[in-house]
Amino acid sequence: MTAMLEIRDLHTKIGDTAILDGLSLTVGSGEVHAIMGPNGSGKSTLAQVIAGHESHVVTSGTVTYCGKNLLELAPEERAREGIFLGFQYPVEIPGVNNAYLLKAAVNAKRRHNGQPEIDAFEFLKLARARMSLLGMDPGFLNRGVNEGFSGGEKKRNEILQMAMLEPRLAILDETDSGLDIDALKAVAKGINALRSPDRAIVLVTHYQRLLQYIEPDRVHVLSKGRILRSGDKSLALELEERGYDWVREAASA
Amino acid sequence: MSGNSTDIESLVNRRYRHGFVTDIESDSLPPGLNEDVILALSAKKGEPEFMVQWRLKAYRHWLTMREPAWAHVHYPPIDYQAISYFSAPKSDADRPKSLEEVDPKLLETYDKLGIPLHERAKLAGVAVDAVFDSVSVATTFKSKLKEAGVIFCPFSEAVLNHPELVQKYLGSVVPYRDNFFATLNSAVFSDGSFVYIPKGVRCPMELSTYFRINAANTGQFERTLIIADEGSHVSYLEGCTAPMRDENQLHAAVVELVALKDARIKYSTVQNWYPGDENGKGGIYNFVTKRGDCRGANSKISWTQVETGSAITWKYPSCVLRGENSVGEFYSVAVANNMQQADTGTKMIHIGRNTRSTIVSKGISAGRAQNAYRGLVRIMPQAANARNHTQCDSLLLGKNCGAHTFPYMEIRNPTARVEHEATTSKISEDQLFYCRQRGISEEDAVSMIVNGFCKEVFRELPMEFAVEAQNLLNVSLEGAVG
Ligand SMILES: Nc1ncnc2c1ncn2[C@@H]1O[C@H](COP(=O)(O)OP(=O)(O)OP(=O)(O)O)[C@@H](O)[C@H]1O
Ligand SMILES: [Mg+2]
Repeated sequence: MTAMLEIRDLHTKIGDTAILDGLSLTVGSGEVHAIMGPNGSGKSTLAQVIAGHESHVVTSGTVTYCGKNLLELAPEERAREGIFLGFQYPVEIPGVNNAYLLKAAVNAKRRHNGQPEIDAFEFLKLARARMSLLGMDPGFLNRGVNEGFSGGEKKRNEILQMAMLEPRLAILDETDSGLDIDALKAVAKGINALRSPDRAIVLVTHYQRLLQYIEPDRVHVLSKGRILRSGDKSLALELEERGYDWVREAASA
Repeated sequence: MSGNSTDIESLVNRRYRHGFVTDIESDSLPPGLNEDVILALSAKKGEPEFMVQWRLKAYRHWLTMREPAWAHVHYPPIDYQAISYFSAPKSDADRPKSLEEVDPKLLETYDKLGIPLHERAKLAGVAVDAVFDSVSVATTFKSKLKEAGVIFCPFSEAVLNHPELVQKYLGSVVPYRDNFFATLNSAVFSDGSFVYIPKGVRCPMELSTYFRINAANTGQFERTLIIADEGSHVSYLEGCTAPMRDENQLHAAVVELVALKDARIKYSTVQNWYPGDENGKGGIYNFVTKRGDCRGANSKISWTQVETGSAITWKYPSCVLRGENSVGEFYSVAVANNMQQADTGTKMIHIGRNTRSTIVSKGISAGRAQNAYRGLVRIMPQAANARNHTQCDSLLLGKNCGAHTFPYMEIRNPTARVEHEATTSKISEDQLFYCRQRGISEEDAVSMIVNGFCKEVFRELPMEFAVEAQNLLNVSLEGAVG
């Protein structure tokens, strides 16, 4: 199995504040990784750095994606190359039709891959099929992007976008937070449907619950900008029981 | 992120694509304004006596007036004696012979805007003989209108061929003493459109200035008069999305609309005059008086406008709701970029009972531009049960621009219901990052968000105009990314 994503000794800062502090992580094709860790430890920062958010400055280290230097690419190029970020706080874009954005996104990627653009009919058919899988009302297509969506609806909308874009590497930042039980199952179903040997998924989560539905290959604990401990899925259970303190203590011992 | 706002600014910064200056002398009166100039101008047009007298009355009144200083715009004093008030239409010999002689940049813009071939030639000022298609298109157009009894011709032709209509309605909505610029226009107006829709006729097609024959060069003092007789309907499209080529800096047009009982007039404008360079040099000053009179019961007048051009825009399309149950509407998108100054808005004057008005104004400011909305809603004592709803939204791109709202309400009848909503928003970095993370370029993301913001107004435009307006915004916001 080749490494899809390879992060080595990554240091970043935002303004004058250092956030990621020597983070290394390797995600192989076909794998599902879970990243856990206390509030403010840098999980969303990691996700945004991978996606190319320009507020974060990489001061040292490397990020390689499918053999390419990811740090050289603009955010939209990374997206077209198959990186998808499910946002912790999806932004509202009033007035912009949800279907319009979704279609523009799908076509941007198709053009990049030298494929013909999807026509309106084919697009609607595909979107409706994905929505029914996620238990979403087709009416959401005609609303403004995330405009007035409830917290859970926004998260489902992220998964809908993911399902339409079929990314190679999906990073889902707390997509499980704020979901009711049925929504959690639906979202898990959407994520599992994407699992395949040539894709990889990174789940950022605070809860072991999600991991009951989507079994991770690896679980990592992030604290103060670096990975303190990695293990298999049993690590998530252990964290749920014992909290993060023992990891920190074990690491500093 | 450092440099956020400059990113957005550079994005919306684009060069105006129009790029040519003519230095051809035309058959003009020497600069300056006095009664002899007005007599000469009128004589050159062969106007009847009533027209000459009206012009002179306006001129004498203008001499007693002062230029208004209250709009939220700033410009150096205009020297009215330095303007030439008559310039004969260019002879075909002075025009480009074919599209090959036209600035390729201009053609590129037409291409981006999706303007049909036969219209491009006309817009670029190519001699009419050289314009293949357009002549035949225009001829079919004319014969269809004639069949319906619709009069649609240059104003100067109407003065000669339909003097009774002109005399009856000219100045009946915008009197010659109305305001400084309208009064000047009344004295020296060059040409424009005249439309009369007879009783009960639904005009069989959109009337577009594209097809106004023989009036390619209407000059800086344009005059338009549209009369919709009882029960008639008309939709009129003014201007075009193509960059307008014009050497004249000052434009002071007047548009008068008259809707009689049960008549409807829809007036749509897309205006893209030269806004000047980044420092505001060389742009057009656009001081326009547009007013519609809902004279009869159940009549309706709608103004829809998309304004992206001019260095200075000063413009308040208004409705006088005189007839019972009459309806006035105003839908506007005004874009101001760089040093552009826009002071626009509307006036809704409710006189009749049960009159209703709707105002939707969308202002977009970028660069160092200032965009002001000024709206007046006046409910007269006799206007029982009048209703107004005003929605006024501003979108800021970057942090050096401004949006200002000046709503005025004068309510003199206790049964009136008047609502005003206003919002100001910005395109946030988070929104742009979100779109880019979905593979959409920053430029496309901006235009997507801007188009979304303008949706309620675009919806009011006739179909093909709406598409053009959207393209125009995209071109306007196309910029220095990469
Ligand atoms: N613009 C900023 N300026 C200064 N510090 C920032 C900025 N943005 C984020 N931070 C800090 O970076 C640290 C990491 O934040 P991040 O959002 O990555 O945490 P997280 O692990 O995702 O937390 P949570 O579990 O609460 O989502 C936090 O201490 C946060 O306060
Ligand atoms: Mg987070």
